[in-house]
Amino acid sequence: MASNLDHITLRGITKVFPGNASHPDIHALGPIDLDIVRGEFFSVVGPSGCGKSTLLDVLAGLSRPTSGTAIFNGKTLAGTVPDGIGAVFQQDASFFWLNVWDNVAFGLRRRGVNGAEVKRRVDHALSFMGLSAFSNAFPAHLSGGMRQRVCIARTLVLEPQVLLLDEPFGALDQQTRLLMGDELLRLWRETGATIILITHALDEAAMLSDRVAVMSARPGRFIDIVATGWPSTRDSRIVSDEQFGVITGRVWASLREESILAMGVSQSPTKPEAP
Amino acid sequence: MKSRRFDHVLLLVGLLLFWQLLYLVVGPNVLSSPWVTVARAAALLQTKAFWGHIASTGEGFALASIISVVAGVLLGLGLGLHRFSGDVADPMLGTLYSIPKITLYPIILLIFGLGLSAKVAFGVIHGIFPIAIFTMNAVRNVSPVYYRTARIMRLSPGSTVATMMLPAALPEILTGVRIGIALTLLGTLIGELFASTSGLGFALIRATDVHAVADIMAITMLLFVFAASVNGLIQLIEQRMRHNG
Repeated sequence: MASNLDHITLRGITKVFPGNASHPDIHALGPIDLDIVRGEFFSVVGPSGCGKSTLLDVLAGLSRPTSGTAIFNGKTLAGTVPDGIGAVFQQDASFFWLNVWDNVAFGLRRRGVNGAEVKRRVDHALSFMGLSAFSNAFPAHLSGGMRQRVCIARTLVLEPQVLLLDEPFGALDQQTRLLMGDELLRLWRETGATIILITHALDEAAMLSDRVAVMSARPGRFIDIVATGWPSTRDSRIVSDEQFGVITGRVWASLREESILAMGVSQSPTKPEAP
Repeated sequence: MKSRRFDHVLLLVGLLLFWQLLYLVVGPNVLSSPWVTVARAAALLQTKAFWGHIASTGEGFALASIISVVAGVLLGLGLGLHRFSGDVADPMLGTLYSIPKITLYPIILLIFGLGLSAKVAFGVIHGIFPIAIFTMNAVRNVSPVYYRTARIMRLSPGSTVATMMLPAALPEILTGVRIGIALTLLGTLIGELFASTSGLGFALIRATDVHAVADIMAITMLLFVFAASVNGLIQLIEQRMRHNG
């Protein structure tokens, strides 16, 4: 199990964006310490602007931390993306100039994977994500949810060890989000990938995750990490479980104060007046 | 698609009706009727001299278009990829685009003399700036999420440009090319109107001198059809590339 321990390790990670004459430095993140084991479903919730996406950039190797070390599979991340990381973002990143099949095949082709293998993996990913019937469709003809599926499938075919999800369902309606959550859990079980989900939706985090980390207002730090204790066979029906309310409640209790801070309200609201 | 074709037919019928009505109002000294114009155009197209003018304009327009598109797209790509140069060049290109180029015509003539090179130069200064501006903005408008995706997929910079940035920017670049080519034609024809010894612009101004109304109308109509066809063709390619039709 030693290899699990050094899967993803963050130690004293901070990120400061240097300012200039008119803007002071922005201390966006940290210090953050974190250990994620292989195959874990880990979520991060926090108020807007708390540095969630900055944390994801550091985890992906897209951005170099100002201080501290980020280790992935025993190697220190230094501002370059390591092999084995996939990411899906909130913004639509499907390629409008390619049909669904070619979208999903994109990464494999860039890696020079041979045609037969590309076909095998793409067809499998499309059927897994329920996109087989749309192979020839172009993204412009698909709904937002379908386009995110395309992006997930495009990442999946590269068989990542870690899937970073930056509010991937943020632009979708609630029902679609719950169903996409189910698909995400199915994908997680079948691939065994580690999933790190950045979200502002408490219910999404509480339903999907093994652990939910609550971030403070800027500079973002972990103020609470809640272990959900869900079985790995869970699905969206657990939203009616009593424990779901308990978890969501605890996460919100930690988050409420920070969200108020982030909104720029200088003090806690006064007690409601007597009727 | 079918209803759009119907719209086009409707527009054409409307235009012809308007033309005929206008003709009835202003009389044959000012306009020729649609029928006379089409007949005159058909007659002109059977003369060798007229084809000489078409060839002359065609040569100038083709050369000017090639130069405008190649230079404009390259300039736009460079400025779009290099943010600082783009920031510096942006207001200059805007100014060059908006100044009335006709004021430069005497200078162009002094530099290039009468003939082909002057009208090519005049076509190019009309077409190159909109193409460069559109291309630069097309590159800058490529969604940042594509670049993040490219980095996550560990694409090389060259691969990112070739497989992600260019295809993402292409529809908007084509919009610039379409507008640029329309303006290149305008520039080429203006060049012929003022100082030239051949070409459709020259034929047009000579017809005006001798008050040959049917000739004026026929040449104008042919130019109109040609410009609309080029525009329609590029627009069609553009729509294909956007894949949202």
